[in-house]
Amino acid sequence: MANDQIQYVTAPKVDDNRKKYCRFKKNGIKYIDYKDANFLLKFVNDQGKVLPRRLTGTSLKFQRKVAQAVKRARHIGLLPYVTDSLK
Amino acid sequence: MRDNLKTIAIMQQYETVVILTPLLSEEAAKEVNAKFSKILTDNGAEIIQEDNWGLRKLAYPIQKKSTGYYHLTEYKAPGELISKLEVELKRDERVVRFLTIALDKHAVAYNEKKRSGAFNKKPAKTTEEA
Repeated sequence: MANDQIQYVTAPKVDDNRKKYCRFKKNGIKYIDYKDANFLLKFVNDQGKVLPRRLTGTSLKFQRKVAQAVKRARHIGLLPYVTDSLK
Repeated sequence: MRDNLKTIAIMQQYETVVILTPLLSEEAAKEVNAKFSKILTDNGAEIIQEDNWGLRKLAYPIQKKSTGYYHLTEYKAPGELISKLEVELKRDERVVRFLTIALDKHAVAYNEKKRSGAFNKKPAKTTEEA
Protein backbone atom coordinates (compact mmCIF):
# COMPACT_ATOMS: atom_id res chain seq x y z
CA MET A 1 0.00 0.00 0.00
CA ALA A 2 1.82 3.11 -1.20
CA ASN A 3 1.68 6.19 0.85
CA ASP A 4 1.40 8.87 -1.77
CA GLN A 5 1.08 11.67 0.71
CA ILE A 6 4.08 12.96 2.59
CA GLN A 7 3.63 12.78 6.30
CA TYR A 8 5.46 14.91 8.79
CA VAL A 9 6.32 13.91 12.28
CA THR A 10 5.86 17.49 13.39
CA ALA A 11 3.71 20.04 11.61
CA PRO A 12 5.74 21.95 9.03
CA LYS A 13 6.41 25.56 9.86
CA VAL A 14 4.69 27.87 7.47
CA ASP A 15 5.70 31.47 7.07
CA ASP A 16 7.70 31.48 10.25
CA ASN A 17 10.96 32.93 9.03
CA ARG A 18 10.23 36.52 9.95
CA LYS A 19 11.78 37.39 13.26
CA LYS A 20 9.76 39.49 15.67
CA TYR A 21 11.34 42.65 16.97
CA CYS A 22 10.57 45.37 19.41
CA ARG A 23 9.25 48.30 17.46
CA PHE A 24 10.20 50.79 20.16
CA LYS A 25 13.81 49.71 20.25
CA LYS A 26 14.01 49.61 16.50
CA ASN A 27 12.52 53.06 15.96
CA GLY A 28 14.09 54.67 18.99
CA ILE A 29 10.77 55.59 20.59
CA LYS A 30 11.38 56.32 24.24
CA TYR A 31 8.05 57.58 25.47
CA ILE A 32 4.65 56.03 24.83
CA ASP A 33 1.92 58.64 24.88
CA TYR A 34 -1.20 57.51 26.72
CA LYS A 35 -3.21 60.22 24.97
CA ASP A 36 -2.66 58.64 21.57
CA ALA A 37 -5.45 56.07 21.66
CA ASN A 38 -5.10 55.11 18.01
CA PHE A 39 -1.51 54.08 18.55
CA LEU A 40 -2.34 52.08 21.65
CA LEU A 41 -4.97 50.16 19.68
CA LYS A 42 -2.12 48.19 18.12
CA PHE A 43 -1.35 46.68 21.50
CA VAL A 44 -4.81 45.57 22.59
CA ASN A 45 -7.09 42.90 21.17
CA ASP A 46 -10.67 43.52 20.13
CA GLN A 47 -11.84 43.03 23.70
CA GLY A 48 -9.53 45.82 24.79
CA LYS A 49 -7.07 43.53 26.57
CA VAL A 50 -3.35 44.15 26.35
CA LEU A 51 -1.71 41.79 23.87
CA PRO A 52 1.09 39.57 25.17
CA ARG A 53 4.68 40.17 24.22
CA ARG A 54 4.83 36.87 22.41
CA LEU A 55 2.42 38.27 19.84
CA THR A 56 3.65 41.83 19.48
CA GLY A 57 7.37 41.18 19.94
CA THR A 58 7.73 44.14 22.29
CA SER A 59 10.68 44.00 24.67
CA LEU A 60 9.98 43.68 28.37
CA LYS A 61 11.05 47.22 29.09
CA PHE A 62 8.56 48.68 26.67
CA GLN A 63 5.83 46.17 27.38
CA ARG A 64 5.68 47.64 30.87
CA LYS A 65 5.37 51.11 29.41
CA VAL A 66 2.72 50.00 26.94
CA ALA A 67 0.72 48.46 29.77
CA GLN A 68 1.06 51.63 31.82
CA ALA A 69 -0.04 53.79 28.89
CA VAL A 70 -3.06 51.58 28.16
CA LYS A 71 -4.13 51.76 31.79
CA ARG A 72 -3.84 55.53 31.79
CA ALA A 73 -5.79 55.79 28.56
CA ARG A 74 -8.53 53.66 30.08
CA HIS A 75 -8.71 55.82 33.15
CA ILE A 76 -9.32 59.00 31.17
CA GLY A 77 -11.87 57.37 28.91
CA LEU A 78 -9.83 57.08 25.73
CA LEU A 79 -9.84 53.28 25.73
CA PRO A 80 -12.55 51.01 27.13
CA TYR A 81 -11.92 48.73 30.09
CA VAL A 82 -14.20 46.07 28.65
CA THR A 83 -15.77 45.81 25.25
CA ASP A 84 -16.59 43.31 22.57
CA SER A 85 -16.01 45.11 19.34
CA LEU A 86 -13.03 47.39 19.43
CA LYS A 87 -11.81 46.57 15.94
CA MET B 1 8.59 58.57 37.12
CA ARG B 2 11.12 58.87 39.88
CA ASP B 3 13.96 61.08 38.78
CA ASN B 4 15.23 64.22 40.42
CA LEU B 5 15.36 62.70 43.86
CA LYS B 6 18.75 64.24 44.44
CA THR B 7 17.80 67.74 43.39
CA ILE B 8 14.99 68.54 45.77
CA ALA B 9 14.77 72.22 44.95
CA ILE B 10 14.11 71.63 41.27
CA MET B 11 10.50 71.65 40.25
CA GLN B 12 9.21 68.50 38.67
CA GLN B 13 7.25 68.60 35.47
CA TYR B 14 3.69 67.28 35.51
CA GLU B 15 0.69 67.06 33.30
CA THR B 16 -2.94 66.84 34.24
CA VAL B 17 -5.89 65.77 32.14
CA VAL B 18 -9.22 66.94 33.48
CA ILE B 19 -12.61 65.78 32.19
CA LEU B 20 -15.55 68.09 32.93
CA THR B 21 -19.22 67.21 32.73
CA PRO B 22 -20.88 67.80 29.37
CA LEU B 23 -23.71 69.64 31.12
CA LEU B 24 -21.63 72.82 31.17
CA SER B 25 -21.60 75.31 28.36
CA GLU B 26 -18.41 75.85 26.42
CA GLU B 27 -17.73 79.10 28.30
CA ALA B 28 -18.44 77.61 31.70
CA ALA B 29 -16.01 74.80 30.95
CA LYS B 30 -13.33 77.35 30.06
CA GLU B 31 -13.99 79.15 33.31
CA VAL B 32 -13.52 75.99 35.35
CA ASN B 33 -10.25 75.31 33.59
CA ALA B 34 -9.14 78.87 34.20
CA LYS B 35 -9.89 78.36 37.90
CA PHE B 36 -7.53 75.40 38.08
CA SER B 37 -4.76 77.09 36.17
CA LYS B 38 -5.10 79.98 38.60
CA ILE B 39 -4.66 77.61 41.54
CA LEU B 40 -1.49 76.41 39.87
CA THR B 41 0.02 79.79 39.10
CA ASP B 42 -0.96 81.22 42.50
CA ASN B 43 1.02 78.48 44.23
CA GLY B 44 4.22 78.95 42.33
CA ALA B 45 3.70 76.62 39.40
CA GLU B 46 4.81 77.51 35.94
CA ILE B 47 2.39 76.54 33.18
CA ILE B 48 4.13 75.27 30.09
CA GLN B 49 1.20 74.60 27.87
CA GLU B 50 -2.54 74.17 27.92
CA ASP B 51 -4.48 72.22 25.41
CA ASN B 52 -8.24 72.22 25.17
CA TRP B 53 -9.54 69.16 23.36
CA GLY B 54 -13.15 70.29 23.61
CA LEU B 55 -16.12 67.97 23.92
CA ARG B 56 -15.14 64.37 23.25
CA LYS B 57 -16.88 61.06 23.36
CA LEU B 58 -15.83 58.79 26.21
CA ALA B 59 -14.93 55.17 25.53
CA TYR B 60 -17.33 54.11 28.29
CA PRO B 61 -19.87 56.03 30.37
CA ILE B 62 -18.52 57.81 33.44
CA GLN B 63 -21.10 58.99 35.96
CA LYS B 64 -23.73 58.05 33.37
CA LYS B 65 -22.35 60.55 30.89
CA SER B 66 -20.98 59.53 27.54
CA THR B 67 -19.14 62.73 26.63
CA GLY B 68 -16.92 65.21 28.42
CA TYR B 69 -14.80 68.34 28.04
CA TYR B 70 -11.14 67.39 27.99
CA HIS B 71 -8.47 69.79 29.11
CA LEU B 72 -4.75 69.12 29.32
CA THR B 73 -2.31 71.23 31.32
CA GLU B 74 1.41 70.77 31.37
CA TYR B 75 3.31 72.56 34.11
CA LYS B 76 6.28 72.68 36.42
CA ALA B 77 5.36 72.63 40.06
CA PRO B 78 6.75 71.85 43.49
CA GLY B 79 5.60 68.41 44.60
CA GLU B 80 3.43 69.57 47.50
CA LEU B 81 1.21 71.48 45.13
CA ILE B 82 -0.05 68.32 43.45
CA SER B 83 -1.96 67.07 46.46
CA LYS B 84 -3.48 70.53 46.90
CA LEU B 85 -4.59 70.58 43.31
CA GLU B 86 -6.04 67.11 43.51
CA VAL B 87 -8.05 68.00 46.58
CA GLU B 88 -9.51 70.91 44.66
CA LEU B 89 -10.28 68.67 41.71
CA LYS B 90 -12.02 66.14 43.93
CA ARG B 91 -14.10 68.81 45.61
CA ASP B 92 -15.33 70.29 42.38
CA GLU B 93 -18.50 68.56 41.23
CA ARG B 94 -18.04 69.65 37.65
CA VAL B 95 -14.94 67.48 37.35
CA VAL B 96 -15.85 63.98 36.24
CA ARG B 97 -12.38 62.50 36.11
CA PHE B 98 -8.78 63.64 36.25
CA LEU B 99 -5.34 62.17 35.86
CA THR B 100 -2.06 63.73 36.95
CA ILE B 101 1.24 62.19 35.98
CA ALA B 102 4.83 63.21 36.55
CA LEU B 103 6.75 63.47 33.31
CA ASP B 104 10.13 61.83 32.94
CA LYS B 105 12.78 63.25 30.64
CA HIS B 106 11.58 61.27 27.65
CA ALA B 107 8.04 62.49 28.14
CA VAL B 108 9.25 66.07 28.41
CA ALA B 109 11.22 65.71 25.20
CA TYR B 110 8.25 64.11 23.48
CA ASN B 111 5.89 66.89 24.54
CA GLU B 112 8.32 69.56 23.43
CA LYS B 113 8.60 67.95 20.07
CA LYS B 114 4.87 67.63 19.79
CA ARG B 115 4.42 71.28 20.66
CA SER B 116 6.80 72.39 17.99
CA GLY B 117 4.64 70.50 15.53
CA ALA B 118 7.47 68.28 14.39
CA PHE B 119 5.29 65.30 13.64
CA ASN B 120 1.89 64.25 12.58
CA LYS B 121 2.94 60.64 12.42
CA LYS B 122 4.68 58.73 15.17
CA PRO B 123 8.21 60.06 15.35
CA ALA B 124 11.49 58.27 15.29
CA LYS B 125 12.70 60.08 18.33
CA THR B 126 16.27 61.20 18.60
CA THR B 127 17.02 62.69 21.99
CA GLU B 128 20.54 63.16 23.17
CA GLU B 129 20.10 63.17 26.92
CA ALA B 130 22.51 61.19 28.99
